[in-house]
Amino acid sequence: MIQTLAFYLFAFMVIASAVMVIMARNPVHSVLWLILAFFNAAGLMVLLGAEFIAMLLVIVYVGAVAVLFLFVVMMLDIDFAELRAGFVRNFPLGLLVALILFVELFVGLVAHNAGGLVPGSAAGAIDTSGASMSNIEAFGALFFERYIFLFEAAGMILLVAMIGAIVLTHRQRPDGARSHQNVGKQVRRRPGEATVMKQPGVGQGVEL
Amino acid sequence: MTAFFEQWMPYEWAWFTATISGILLIALPLMLAVAMIIYVDRKVWAAMALRRGPNVVGPWGLLQSFADGLKVFLQETIIPSAANKGLFLIAPIITFTVALMAWAVMPFGPEAVLSDINVGLLYILAISSLGVYGVVIAGWASNSKYPFFSAMRAAAQMISYEVSIGFILICVVLWAGTFNLNGIVEAQQGHVLGLLNGFAFNPLLFPLWVMFLISSLAETARAPFDLTEAESELVAGYQTEYSSMSFALYWLGEYANVLLMCALNATLFFGGWLPPLNVDWLPGFYVPGWIWLFGKIFVFFFVFSWVKATVPRYRYDQLMRLGWKVFLPLSLIFVVLVSGWLMLTRYGV
Repeated sequence: MIQTLAFYLFAFMVIASAVMVIMARNPVHSVLWLILAFFNAAGLMVLLGAEFIAMLLVIVYVGAVAVLFLFVVMMLDIDFAELRAGFVRNFPLGLLVALILFVELFVGLVAHNAGGLVPGSAAGAIDTSGASMSNIEAFGALFFERYIFLFEAAGMILLVAMIGAIVLTHRQRPDGARSHQNVGKQVRRRPGEATVMKQPGVGQGVEL
Repeated sequence: MTAFFEQWMPYEWAWFTATISGILLIALPLMLAVAMIIYVDRKVWAAMALRRGPNVVGPWGLLQSFADGLKVFLQETIIPSAANKGLFLIAPIITFTVALMAWAVMPFGPEAVLSDINVGLLYILAISSLGVYGVVIAGWASNSKYPFFSAMRAAAQMISYEVSIGFILICVVLWAGTFNLNGIVEAQQGHVLGLLNGFAFNPLLFPLWVMFLISSLAETARAPFDLTEAESELVAGYQTEYSSMSFALYWLGEYANVLLMCALNATLFFGGWLPPLNVDWLPGFYVPGWIWLFGKIFVFFFVFSWVKATVPRYRYDQLMRLGWKVFLPLSLIFVVLVSGWLMLTRYGV
């Protein structure tokens, strides 16, 4: 009873906030609605008993990705009228994307009803359905035994993406190390090097 | 506690009543503790600056925080005309609520935990990563430049330090073998030579605790990392436009977060509700667990105030450097070291 209630609450909130993401006039509000959608999706995961994924969803998407979204969107200077100007022109494209997504979901559901792909049902599977195993252990067993190469490949791709991002954004300062903070040098500095005592005569300046 | 209430009512109602009273049992003392800890903070700070600190309201000024609370409660809530009203009002509520939420999984004793979930530590990490929204939304909704700068700083700072905190927690979890906070506490029983309770007494994990302590200072935006409210540059940071109760909610949430970080230091590295010495003929062994936990929290809070009173504020580039160039590589190296050591000693190669 309370599960059903919670499910409908979370599901309704996910859909409502997803609608609000595209309906909101202000992009910052859109991001905030998106965060609410993530959060409620995490709630749905908890209801499914996948508490590990739920927590990862909150940590990764809400805690890091959405903060960066917000960070960028907050600093943008957006002309709202211009933003909506291309709506009619891009509408067919959006419709096409929505249609493809819908068909994919539909095919997935039909396939699922026709027997579907039960995780771990293939040969040499690890039984993850048992109540004796916690969520995290089940994940570990699947990730690091059965899908180890896929997992490492995903890690490699992320590493390459990270290095690529660093290479793209890294730039040498044109004036060499002048504007670069050399912490070791700053820490080594002593009062003797930083200050000089001068006794300027009356009416005379100081020559440094 | 459910069993206790079941004497009078059916199971569902008993569960409901037990949960509600459990929440109140944590939240109300926490609020009291926050009020007292603000007083302690001011007293410690005053003592280190050779001042007297609050000493007028009540005996030794003990009631100062309550007087301040009453004062802000009676003040007018001012909403800047250019502010985004809804978000402006929601932001402090988010901060305060999130600060309370994380306490749900904190173990106060072997059985005394409101929600004994498997992923307790991940839950705390998730909730503490939500805390930044209160600050960021406040900075944006105020529509004023100093709060906005502060929000930018807060977002970058918290993300930076969460990375290394994550790696440090991974080491602890690897050693304890569980994400459950009670499990982590129990894994620390007699950790060093069967005598000392606490991961911090382990030479391999001790540097991690030092990094965790510093990162928790940064995560709660306490001095020397309080760049989000650096009064010399940003007036009062993200709180600049806030007044009355909305300001007080930030104040309460901030200190509740500080207490949470102290409690995490105690729970993850100093044995939580366990006594420091694992010797069953010492009187300390029979002191209830929550008293030990409170004592440890208090000691860590003293360290926090001590740091606040003595250490000058970091420059922002130094803060970023410490997070990304020092703590991140160090904690990564320690993940490798700790997992390598565990493979060698516990699981066999």
